Amino acid sequence: MSPLEIIILLPILAALAVWLGAPARLTSLVASLAGLALSLVLAVQYQSHSGSGMAFTSAHTVLTHPHIQFAVGADGLSLTMALLTTLITSAALWSIVDKERIYYIASLLISAGALGAFLTTDIFFIYSFHELALIPTLLMIALHGHGEDRRAVAWKITIYLGVGSLVLLAGLLGVVWWCSPESGLTFALADLKPVSSNCKTEALINLNFFVLLIGFGTLVSLFPFHAWAAPAYASAPTPVAMLHAGVLKKFGLYGLIRIALPLFPNVIQTPWIQQALLLMLLGNILVVGFITIYQRRLDEMLANSSVMHMGYIFLGLAAGNALGQNGAALLMFAHGISIALLFLLCGKLRSNLGTLEFSKLGGLATNAPFLSLTFGFAAFASIGLPGLANFAGEILVFLGAFQSFSEQGFSMIHVVTILSLWGVVMSAVYMLRAYRKIFFGEATTGLFITDPTPSQRVPMFLLAAVLLVVGCQPSLLLNLIQSAIGAK
Amino acid sequence: MSTLSLEVFLGALALVLLLVETFVTVPRKLIACAAIGGLLVALVALFFCAKDAVPPGLVEFYKVDSLALFYKGLALVSTIAVLVIALEYAPVINQFVAADPEKTKEAGLGEFFALPLIVCVGLMVMASAVDLITIFVSLELTTVSFYVLVAYMRRSASSLEAGVKYLILGALSTGLLVYGMAWLYGLTGQMTLAGISDKITHWQGSTAPLLFAVALILAGIGFKVAAVPFQIWVPDVYQGAPTPVTAFLSVGSKASGFIVLSRVVTMLLAKDSAIAPQTEQMLLIIAGATILFGNLAAIAQTNFKRLLGYSSISHAGYLLLALACTHTGALGFTPSEIVAFYLATYLPMTFICFLVLAAGRAQGINEDIAFFRGLARTSPVLGFSLTLALASLAGLPLTAGFMGKFFVFFSATLEGNYASLLIAIIGAAAGFYYYFKVILAIHSVPEEKLPAIRLSALSQTLLAILVAAIIVIGVYPDAVRNLLVK
Repeated sequence: MSPLEIIILLPILAALAVWLGAPARLTSLVASLAGLALSLVLAVQYQSHSGSGMAFTSAHTVLTHPHIQFAVGADGLSLTMALLTTLITSAALWSIVDKERIYYIASLLISAGALGAFLTTDIFFIYSFHELALIPTLLMIALHGHGEDRRAVAWKITIYLGVGSLVLLAGLLGVVWWCSPESGLTFALADLKPVSSNCKTEALINLNFFVLLIGFGTLVSLFPFHAWAAPAYASAPTPVAMLHAGVLKKFGLYGLIRIALPLFPNVIQTPWIQQALLLMLLGNILVVGFITIYQRRLDEMLANSSVMHMGYIFLGLAAGNALGQNGAALLMFAHGISIALLFLLCGKLRSNLGTLEFSKLGGLATNAPFLSLTFGFAAFASIGLPGLANFAGEILVFLGAFQSFSEQGFSMIHVVTILSLWGVVMSAVYMLRAYRKIFFGEATTGLFITDPTPSQRVPMFLLAAVLLVVGCQPSLLLNLIQSAIGAK
Repeated sequence: MSTLSLEVFLGALALVLLLVETFVTVPRKLIACAAIGGLLVALVALFFCAKDAVPPGLVEFYKVDSLALFYKGLALVSTIAVLVIALEYAPVINQFVAADPEKTKEAGLGEFFALPLIVCVGLMVMASAVDLITIFVSLELTTVSFYVLVAYMRRSASSLEAGVKYLILGALSTGLLVYGMAWLYGLTGQMTLAGISDKITHWQGSTAPLLFAVALILAGIGFKVAAVPFQIWVPDVYQGAPTPVTAFLSVGSKASGFIVLSRVVTMLLAKDSAIAPQTEQMLLIIAGATILFGNLAAIAQTNFKRLLGYSSISHAGYLLLALACTHTGALGFTPSEIVAFYLATYLPMTFICFLVLAAGRAQGINEDIAFFRGLARTSPVLGFSLTLALASLAGLPLTAGFMGKFFVFFSATLEGNYASLLIAIIGAAAGFYYYFKVILAIHSVPEEKLPAIRLSALSQTLLAILVAAIIVIGVYPDAVRNLLVK
């Protein structure tokens, strides 16, 4: 049995145990921390031993025609994503206090779905595992979410993601059709060959790629398919928001890097596809960025900011070179950690204060210095302050986007990159404004908060430490990522 | 051993049980247990039945290929499940059959437990039927039994209404079917499908009369499988009929329609068939309309049983789509086998829903979705099973239902039929909403506390098997493929 199978099975078994009546907090914490430890060990082992290709593989055929295997395997990218998942799962589960069992079960299932998607190497299972989160998300937002219209919001995310994944399924069936070897249709990534197009099939292949882009893009809240994301994160219970915004949303990007880009090489540089993608990601950065500035509540602002930041990651992919993809992958990790930390803090504020409206908050730093410090940390990371993880990813993305400058001259991608840079300014505007308003300035009467207990500080400290470590030493992760994508 | 002996055995068993019912006073549950026992024996015996073992003289009418064996297995399993559900539902039958339900606790139960056996015989013969007469006789054997079963609760207005609707429309469809068969015989001079197929491939002259015959036959079978525009009876009949019978209609009757349709359509769409393109067009249009109607009309339903009726229509649409897409070589399946596979995935998820409905109804819980609020709290096991079954019906990956849809979507992709693929996606997206609506209700906090639904040991066993089947087929689809493709 491959250790990766254990990582995937742990949360599923823990969810089952909790459902059957095992002590919820203890069981799920043990399972998630064991998963974290295991993925850390594997990442270190991977780097010190092989350092390239798929490791820890194991495969069981589940269908002979077309060939489908339950195949696990990990390279640097998968391990990075697994680390992200187990980190955020541990933090999210740790942060659950005095809640019903369904909180633990749903979080564990979402986590299992993400881990399964990142660690399997068969398109069928990569797709299937992602869907595991659909029902837990619906139930958690509709039944335990915040806000008056949580049911409508829950339906919105379910339908959007459901339709998105069906479109994605159609695209993936196309991938299998184009890329299978002559011996027969197969879903195993290792056996699929990059498509070589001729004039006849070129249009169809481009179209297929675009379907994949829309399918995966919907899951990542690519503009204009992003309408589900912000309200859902704002309404979701804290652990679900952390897992969804931090981990699950990255699945679409992971899928693009893992499946679409390598199997349809250079298709992303087809003019109309690249231009469409650039326009859409500019929508993420500028349009959603402006929307974020105008938010009046902390949860809605964070939710929108998370949609906005997806634009940078897409920019890294649109660049069409390894540098941009490396940056995108690093930013996926960094953004996941920072947004999870922000939602964790936001959840703490909500449960203690009962409101998140900027107009009612102020001066909280006086009594809650730790909270204030951590929030500032996460906010600065999210803006992209050097020394914190996001900066390393963003700078690589921008460099990657500009790399083609010398060959092509000034083209659309460079214009878009320059415009995107203004997004960083916008991030600074809304984040700093929120930070000032909530933690400094005049204290509002009646709203009072103290620092979290030492136990509650653990997950915050964990995530903040990761941001700092990766920010100061990005090569720790970058080596892993480069071993999968290529260094150039 | 020939499968025919199994059918004779089950038919005889049904008659014996009916006689026992009439002349001996035994607890009626024993009759059900005897029937289940007989079916289990037949199911085990089925594994020892050789392919192509047909008594001499019947070769032209009766075929035992792997498809037939598979459908016979489906028929046996569904009849067993129906009888278990019927045992759970017995109090309701008694209530609506007996003049004084308090005094006669088991009125009318005997026949109710014996008749499914006769339906099962019909389904099993139909799985092997390869000439028009055998098809017609076996189809009528099941349909006539269903006329009785649907209207069984004679003191329930809705059951009677369902019975009348089913009788009239069923008779009409039979008429269309016979008329079509008569045309086909008149045109080709052949009664066996092989003979007709031979004539069609060398067809000289106008294809209009052939198409007329085919259209009539498609309409006739369209009624049985609930394809648009012959689906109008479904919601009312599903809602009014006793729940075990609805379950049987939904799985057994649909399966029987599709085995016949598979054989007929395979013949019509054969490579050199003179009317292949037109037949394909007809099927695709019916399939698209059925998927859209079933899924979109289901969105507004508030009654769970009725919702399952529309869901049954929508699944018929996917099955028809699978039949129409013939370029499935790369999937290692013929279209007929994809249909059989889909039906095998459809069986466990549908029966779980009807089992919960029947048990709930017998214990005083109405069939409205609103009455299932909080089920996951009062009966966690049932809540989980129903959630799984609904997720599977919606086609969520890692469940059986996804594998069925997967093959249908894939064969439409291989066919290059992107319009149908789009329709299938729209249908599946709508499915997410109305199935998840029930899931959400199950997990909601109820306004008033519900009584827990209790299941007998037998039903619990059935439930466990069905749940396991959904997960196993979803994760290891080769389990069914190995049964299907020998």
